[in-house]
Amino acid sequence: MAEAVLDVRDLAVEIDGRNVVDGVSLEVGRSEVVALVGESGCGKSMIAFAVMGLLPAVARVDRGQILLGGEDLVQIGEEAMRQVRGDRLAMIFQEPVSSLNPLMKVGEQVAESLVVHRAVTRQEAWGKAVEMLRKVGIPEPERRAGQLPAELSGGMCQRVMIASALISRPRLLIADEPTTALDVTIQAQILNLMKELRGFGDTAILIITHDMGVVADIADRVCVMYGGRIVEAAGVGETFARPSHPYTRLLLGTIPKLTGERKHLLRSIEGTVPDIAEWPSGCRFRTRCPLADEVCAETPPFLPIPGDPGHHSACWHLDKVGEIA
Amino acid sequence: MNAMPPKIAAERPARKRRRLAPVLPFVLVFLVFVLVALLAPVIAPYEPNVQNLLGRLKPPGTVIRGITYALGSDELGRDLLSRLIYGARMSLAAAVLSVMLSGAVGSVLGMAAGYARGWVEVVVMRIVDIFLSVPAVLLAIITVAVLGPGFINVVLVLALTRWPRYARVAYGQTLSVANMPYVRLARFMGAGRLRILFVHILPNIVGPLTVVATLEFGLMVLFEASLSFLGLGVQPPTASWGAMLSVGRNYVSSAWWIATFPGVCLFLLVLSVNLIGDSLRDILDPKSRTRRTR
Repeated sequence: MAEAVLDVRDLAVEIDGRNVVDGVSLEVGRSEVVALVGESGCGKSMIAFAVMGLLPAVARVDRGQILLGGEDLVQIGEEAMRQVRGDRLAMIFQEPVSSLNPLMKVGEQVAESLVVHRAVTRQEAWGKAVEMLRKVGIPEPERRAGQLPAELSGGMCQRVMIASALISRPRLLIADEPTTALDVTIQAQILNLMKELRGFGDTAILIITHDMGVVADIADRVCVMYGGRIVEAAGVGETFARPSHPYTRLLLGTIPKLTGERKHLLRSIEGTVPDIAEWPSGCRFRTRCPLADEVCAETPPFLPIPGDPGHHSACWHLDKVGEIA
Repeated sequence: MNAMPPKIAAERPARKRRRLAPVLPFVLVFLVFVLVALLAPVIAPYEPNVQNLLGRLKPPGTVIRGITYALGSDELGRDLLSRLIYGARMSLAAAVLSVMLSGAVGSVLGMAAGYARGWVEVVVMRIVDIFLSVPAVLLAIITVAVLGPGFINVVLVLALTRWPRYARVAYGQTLSVANMPYVRLARFMGAGRLRILFVHILPNIVGPLTVVATLEFGLMVLFEASLSFLGLGVQPPTASWGAMLSVGRNYVSSAWWIATFPGVCLFLLVLSVNLIGDSLRDILDPKSRTRRTR
């Protein structure tokens, strides 16, 4: 990873005087797939919106930098940002069907970012859209391009979304829960498609999910978020093999195993995610953490783990994490 | 599009046909009016403004010196049928132009208010409220009185008084459509404001706006007639149903036909347009479909 495509540094997003994203740093390298994992309300979608420069009206970037190819997106202003969106940065959502304009032909929607950002003729844009639809595995793309979204299935709509996001060969694709609304077989197809397409135009992918199965399937690296902060970052293998933050460890423990004897009920993490108003000082996880003690009232530093390159964790009790069953 | 799945292709037109059937006669009536207006010079038996003082106030069916007054003549001996035919032009032209003008202005302002929100929303929608709180006919009468009568002014005045209806509908529809994921996605694709408004939002709110426009169309025909009736619309000797009604009122006991025929025409035209508007609403709005299937 010589140069990062996306380099987020110490990003904080504020809503009503509270930082829902608090000092997040993360990098996505060329054609790399990074997964941002966490429960609802941990701020993972806020990071995506901040990167796209389209935070909800109540939120704003409090501090930090969002570097896309070295250019700070926080500073460049709305019109320049509009030029970046859809061209160098693209995003897909979890509602593939309602994310398509019901009255616009599928081909036109795929061509949208070309029409908006590049000087192309209608025929050129249409031809590229058809080609792109073929690339995402839509059968009979010439015919499908002329249809309306209502004539397509949910899985096909998601393929169309991916086609429209990738047609301009963006540097970075942000996928916010791209498979959540799809049934399992279609999910697998879409994930396979994303794996196939990674590296298409060197597009890097930042995938936001709470589904560890998706993470294991597609990601190169994982950033685990809790309470607006990244608590652990590591390669996907290390994350599953040697989780070194209590939260990650407990999170992985909640995944039911297919093998072995079923001795107990599904595991869960004690307690619930606290409301943002009740986030504790210091380590945000300490209210639910079995290892918590008075040291945890201080914010733990996000440190590299000795002997495990590229693996970082923010916990005072790294030595004891392994004891969590 | 022969490639459509057969199920959809077979079902949709059938359902629409069934719901259109009851209004079909009125669609025909409306089309007849439109044809008559377009072809007025061809089908009118006589010049609408040629007077014949010997043939004044003749009842329908009178023949004088080779001139057949099929629907009678007015107080200046003009052929009522010819004047009715030319009057259709005035009514339809005034209605079409004012609906287009007010529809365009109202829709754009309403969409802008619904999409931009903030101060644009406050300013536009409060103006809409003010306009809607004043009776439209009164406002129209006052404005024509100031601007002076005439066809162009009537159109302008009708547009000026009626745009808030469209603005309100466009505003409400835009509010809901602007929150749809596909509009959000368009922003994430880097589409500019104008593109979002006119490519992504407008086509999705055109249905309700069309319904408003149809219902307004009937109203505009009546408003034009009202203004002409009051002498504030199209000026004599140009034929207009409202003006004919106004004159006919003076002779209603002796020459009933002068006021009756324009009245019947107005009634038929407005009725057919309104019924077409109602069934359009049922077709375009699936939620109100049940009302007709009782």
